[in-house]
Amino acid sequence: MVSALEIKHVSKTFKNDQESILVLKDLHLTVNDGEFVSIIGPSGCGKSTLLKLIAGLDLEFDGKIIVGNHQVSGPSKDRGFIFQEHRLFPWLNVENNISGNLSLKNQDTRKRVDDLIALVKLKGFERVYPRQLSGGMSQRVAIARALLRNPDVLLLDEPFGALDAFTRTHLQEALLEIWERNKTTMVLVTHDLDESLFLSEKVVVMDAKPGSIKAIVPIEIPYPRSRTSKSFQELRSHILNLLDHHPQDKEDWSI
Amino acid sequence: MSAQTIAQNEQLVMSERKKQAKIAKSALRGTFLPLVVLIAWQALGSAGILPVQLFSSPSLIATAFIDLVKSGEMAGHLQISLTRALLGFALGGFLGLLIGIIVGMQKKSEEYLNPSIQMLRTVPLLAITPLFIMWFGFGELSKVLLIALGAFFPLYLQTFLGLRNVDKKLYDVARILEYSRLEKITKLMIPAALPNILLGIRLALSSAWMCLVVAELLGADRGVGFMIQDARSFMQTDIVFVGIIIFALAGKISDSFVRFLENHLLKWQDSFKA
Repeated sequence: MVSALEIKHVSKTFKNDQESILVLKDLHLTVNDGEFVSIIGPSGCGKSTLLKLIAGLDLEFDGKIIVGNHQVSGPSKDRGFIFQEHRLFPWLNVENNISGNLSLKNQDTRKRVDDLIALVKLKGFERVYPRQLSGGMSQRVAIARALLRNPDVLLLDEPFGALDAFTRTHLQEALLEIWERNKTTMVLVTHDLDESLFLSEKVVVMDAKPGSIKAIVPIEIPYPRSRTSKSFQELRSHILNLLDHHPQDKEDWSI
Repeated sequence: MSAQTIAQNEQLVMSERKKQAKIAKSALRGTFLPLVVLIAWQALGSAGILPVQLFSSPSLIATAFIDLVKSGEMAGHLQISLTRALLGFALGGFLGLLIGIIVGMQKKSEEYLNPSIQMLRTVPLLAITPLFIMWFGFGELSKVLLIALGAFFPLYLQTFLGLRNVDKKLYDVARILEYSRLEKITKLMIPAALPNILLGIRLALSSAWMCLVVAELLGADRGVGFMIQDARSFMQTDIVFVGIIIFALAGKISDSFVRFLENHLLKWQDSFKA
């Protein structure tokens, strides 16, 4: 199988005047083409930082990140990014937010924007401004905006974390539908274990201080998954055990 | 979802109608006090209680206005005043916008220019006027430059502020979508700074009108300010009032123009109310 994303020996240190903190320590990860991978771990484990490195938003790290056949050297349309907040341009309506710097006068772009609006179920809202949209709708616009650029990999940084439970479930299903249809490689960072189990083929469990990969758990439950099924619950408690288990517990109560 | 959308739309239309009715009502209430004042003024003047020499009266002012328009005097004064205001505003506004954009986008130019401009900004414009007259004489140049100076600072300041306050998070988005440098300026920075820029234009316009009045009152042989000054020396109170009303109207019209721009360009803003 072709790998869409390779992370090789990646370490990252945050430096300020007094000290340097190792946030990511020697990470290795391969994501196959079309695979749905989620990264889960306690807050402060550097999972969002890792995603920023993959996106090319932060280039100060050691090691190599390879997307497709190219080493990451900056942000690119090849790697779509969905932030926790929708980050739509408030002065543009839905369709212009999706098209961004691409002209809607172009027939091809126009058609693809319309298709994407249908895909994220926002027909009728083309001319609406972000302030009039709910959180879930805004996030769907952000997803459509990323998909328009035909990314090789879609990076999602806790995209549904700020939404209410109903909207979240709804968007998780929508994301699965999009993934099954487009087969875009997905890398999802989340702190919601159920979300990662419901969506992904592979769960990367991270450990904090310093951020490192503790385990990679394949989720071999056929889609669509039921959150109440036995296999789901078994994997759930397995990963919870992994997350709880601290071999080198240092009584560290820093907040 | 579509049925829900239609229901939502209907609700929106209904609330829009209610809002309009409310606005009409409050506008009607707003005209109440001025009407009472006008009627009282006219009555007191006609009854001889208010000395007409000093306070004039609405009817006298209206007559004076009609006479000034008929004789063509008004058109002449208005034309010269408008020319001065527009030239000064165009010059100062353009420079304010340009330098504001440069300083707002480049940290280095901010460090070089901003402290000096901020320092100059604190100097009251009226204090500089004598210098301007000494340097540029009583002619058109000193007037246009004074107005330009008045228009420069608000527009500079607001443009700079607007560009500085662009949401940093949106830059990441522009980088990921591979916006070119030019696109970052035209499709991210300028639209994001537009509320401030329009506010700057509004403040610059009112500042330009004020400077125009100052320049024309201090020394001019034509213009609405001169007309006021001239009428004052002959105790023609009604003409003084006409001049004041002209300035008030000009200020109101230019303000409405900016409001019109805001209505069209800032409809995306939730805090913005027409």
